[in-house]
Amino acid sequence: MKAKSPAYPYLAWMIIFIVAPLLIVAYFAFTDKTGAFTLANISQAGQFSPVLLKSVYLAAIATVICLIIAYPLAYILSRTKVRTQRMLVMLVMLPMWMNFLLRTYAWMTILENNGILNRFFGLFGLGPFEMINTQGAVVLGMVYNYLPFMILPLYSIMEKIDGSVIEAAQDLGCSSMGVMRKVVLPLSVPGITSGITMVFVPAVSTFIISKMLGGGGNLLIGDIIDLQFLGLDYNPHLGSAISLVLMVLILLCMSIFNQFDNEEAVLL
Amino acid sequence: MDNVIVELKDICVDFDGQRVVNKLNLTIHDNEFVTLLGPSGCGKTTTLRVIGGFVSPDEGDVFFEGKRINDVPPHKRMVNTVFQRYALFPHLNVYDNVAFGLKVQKLDKREIKSRVSEMLELVGLKGFEQRGIGQLSGGQQQRVAIARALVNRPKVLLLDEPLGALDLKLRKDMQIELKRIQQSTGITFIYVTHDQEEALTMSDTVVVMRDGVIQQVGTPQDIYNEPQNAFVADFIGESNILEGMMYKDFLVQFAGADFECVDKGFGRMERVQVVIRPEDIKIVPQIQGQLTGVIESVIFKGVHYEMVADGCGYKWLIHSTTAAEVGSVIGMRLDPEDIHIMKREEDAK
Amino acid sequence: MKKLSKLYLGIVFFFLYAPILVLIVFSFNQSKSRSVWTGFTLDWYVKLFHNEVILNSLWTTLSIALIAGVVSTILGTAAAVGISSMRRGPRRLVINTTYLPIMNPEILTGVSLMLLFSFLAIPRGYLTLVIAHITFCVPYVILSVLPKLRQMDRFVYEAALDLGCSPRKAFFKAVVPQIMPGIMTGFLMALTYSIDDFVISYFVSGSSAQTLPITIYSMTRRRVSPEINALSTILFLAVLTVLLLINVKDAKIWKERRKKEAARL
Repeated sequence: MKAKSPAYPYLAWMIIFIVAPLLIVAYFAFTDKTGAFTLANISQAGQFSPVLLKSVYLAAIATVICLIIAYPLAYILSRTKVRTQRMLVMLVMLPMWMNFLLRTYAWMTILENNGILNRFFGLFGLGPFEMINTQGAVVLGMVYNYLPFMILPLYSIMEKIDGSVIEAAQDLGCSSMGVMRKVVLPLSVPGITSGITMVFVPAVSTFIISKMLGGGGNLLIGDIIDLQFLGLDYNPHLGSAISLVLMVLILLCMSIFNQFDNEEAVLL
Repeated sequence: MDNVIVELKDICVDFDGQRVVNKLNLTIHDNEFVTLLGPSGCGKTTTLRVIGGFVSPDEGDVFFEGKRINDVPPHKRMVNTVFQRYALFPHLNVYDNVAFGLKVQKLDKREIKSRVSEMLELVGLKGFEQRGIGQLSGGQQQRVAIARALVNRPKVLLLDEPLGALDLKLRKDMQIELKRIQQSTGITFIYVTHDQEEALTMSDTVVVMRDGVIQQVGTPQDIYNEPQNAFVADFIGESNILEGMMYKDFLVQFAGADFECVDKGFGRMERVQVVIRPEDIKIVPQIQGQLTGVIESVIFKGVHYEMVADGCGYKWLIHSTTAAEVGSVIGMRLDPEDIHIMKREEDAK
Repeated sequence: MKKLSKLYLGIVFFFLYAPILVLIVFSFNQSKSRSVWTGFTLDWYVKLFHNEVILNSLWTTLSIALIAGVVSTILGTAAAVGISSMRRGPRRLVINTTYLPIMNPEILTGVSLMLLFSFLAIPRGYLTLVIAHITFCVPYVILSVLPKLRQMDRFVYEAALDLGCSPRKAFFKAVVPQIMPGIMTGFLMALTYSIDDFVISYFVSGSSAQTLPITIYSMTRRRVSPEINALSTILFLAVLTVLLLINVKDAKIWKERRKKEAARL
């Protein structure tokens, strides 16, 4: 029993297909075409820092909007009757089951210059407005695609908050705002953290949403990586370098964020 | 003790079309320890939540010190609650849990500090201020819940089966503790339980409820000795309940024999129910008995023996400190004051 | 307050469903226009069912999902059992590494696997898709089986040994039934993620094998016919049906449980 762990096949798989590929990315990032060590790729990746900043900026805006929309929704969900709750949660999840390409495509048809919204505005003699191929459209696409990722963790943590704890706070003199601030908010911090992570990470690294809704003028860091591997700029060394930078950046963001989050939990 | 503090008038509450509290009237005085007692689903917790403001009655009025408070939200009522499973704030330590209500009132920091430590002293949790809630035992959490409510100096404290989650030994200790706290603070306690022993031990007044209707209100002695119907008799301790007939005042017939009793005011030949507590049946030699029976079983219960005797068309439950032998024939005697006559239940309704 | 929250729910759900509704409505539109209604037709559905590319990629998607689902469930369940009996240090290392594909942006997983395959000189196609899908599915299986193993009553395994089972038999007779819900959840998650995946497949697929999301992607690029709307509608209805079935089944289980409880009282 002891000698052969049933985990061995997986461990082998893990090393070959999870660890090794990441090491190869690192290897490519620090070598040139001949295989010689170089820092040129990393410094070249620096050229793209405006794009990187823009990606972070747009993803951060989308994450904040998701949080603002999702928080009250999750709270309302968690306090409705159990049977209604199950149905509503199902409704939140349903769009997630549709491929996000289709969902993003739907927004393309809505936002286009001769799309539904502009035709609707046209009825009142307004527009047409330039909605597609803007940064706003990219943020909208992110919010739309990733909103359920914010709602679900928030909901599942709030659902666990005992109703009698909320009643206890009311009993001790809290108004509904007070209950929110002093009880629900501090207890839902873990849900907020995982929601932010689950929205921010895919949003900052997306390349489809920006391509479909942002047009050519709103390339994000994901698009740049895509271009290095499957696009016209083919240069896997540079692509690996940018990927590495992105990964380090995300890890950095997350660890700073988690620290802040822990402190906050203690303070409250 | 004479000032009315809480008054419920014709309270009705419906849940999903089902009536859980029906035309309930209750007056609670200052400084009183009132217990709402009944089996689960009898409406006692709902009644408590009506007073706390968590349930608004579908009909009827709630008065607090003479003012109607139906529409006052929980956070503006002068009552505090100790919840069934404590409902402590898991993100706060003991001190902050107890200080919660005072901080909401924005009291001066020093005052909060002194009141919290005074309260923790009262419930025997001095030195536990910085502990997290998860690090406390059930009994300690219970004390925090009580302290958290009492520190606000409510006029009325509502307790919803506060000892239900504790083991027997701890429950007994906490019963005494709660009674002591109630007496030393002079706060009105309204206490919900399904444990009749708990109700009898602690209360000044016991309110027995069933199916949303009050069955009897009285002192523990009244409730135990003079149950108004078979339900109360059966719920408050074990008892023998027999069908009988009242010949006239002070004379009743049941189990095929006539007995003197202390009850009067029933109609002539009125059919009644008779309650006899198991500890009131005296075992005597067969010839001296008013009734006879054959001992069917004997169980040792620690303080007494619990026996079942079959005779005169009834299986009698008897508690006695001396055991009879299984299979032996015994005589049973009843004193007039041990025979409690009640109106028949169907008639009473 | 009640009304306000209902209104809020309504607005958010409108936001979530309006685009899908638009897709569905225009799948029945006669003209190719995506914004002007010219009349009802089912032509796009007919065309869709004659579209070889779509049908092929649908088949590829389903077969890959099934293979990846089964393989990753077996691999992952075995891994979870092994991991749970590891010592603390190695266990944490393995679990953290397992989290990597979940935490990392998908694009990174895709790119890194692409580099690995070109490094090993494996041509991109069906095989690479299967390997990639297994790789990102296994973590979900492990993470849904591990908690079940932790909750499991270990004495049941020992009791089975005590009653004469060999360790192997005891595992299948006593342990597997207890962690079955976790295994099923893991399998379903693997299926879902595999069917839905675009980003990773995008980097590891070649022209020889394409999954449905990749086909959809190339369709949206060309901005062509409402066939894509018809496809969306069918997929949406399929998902809706599955979810409703699960819901109905759940509701039945609930009802029976409540009945039983009522009977006990």
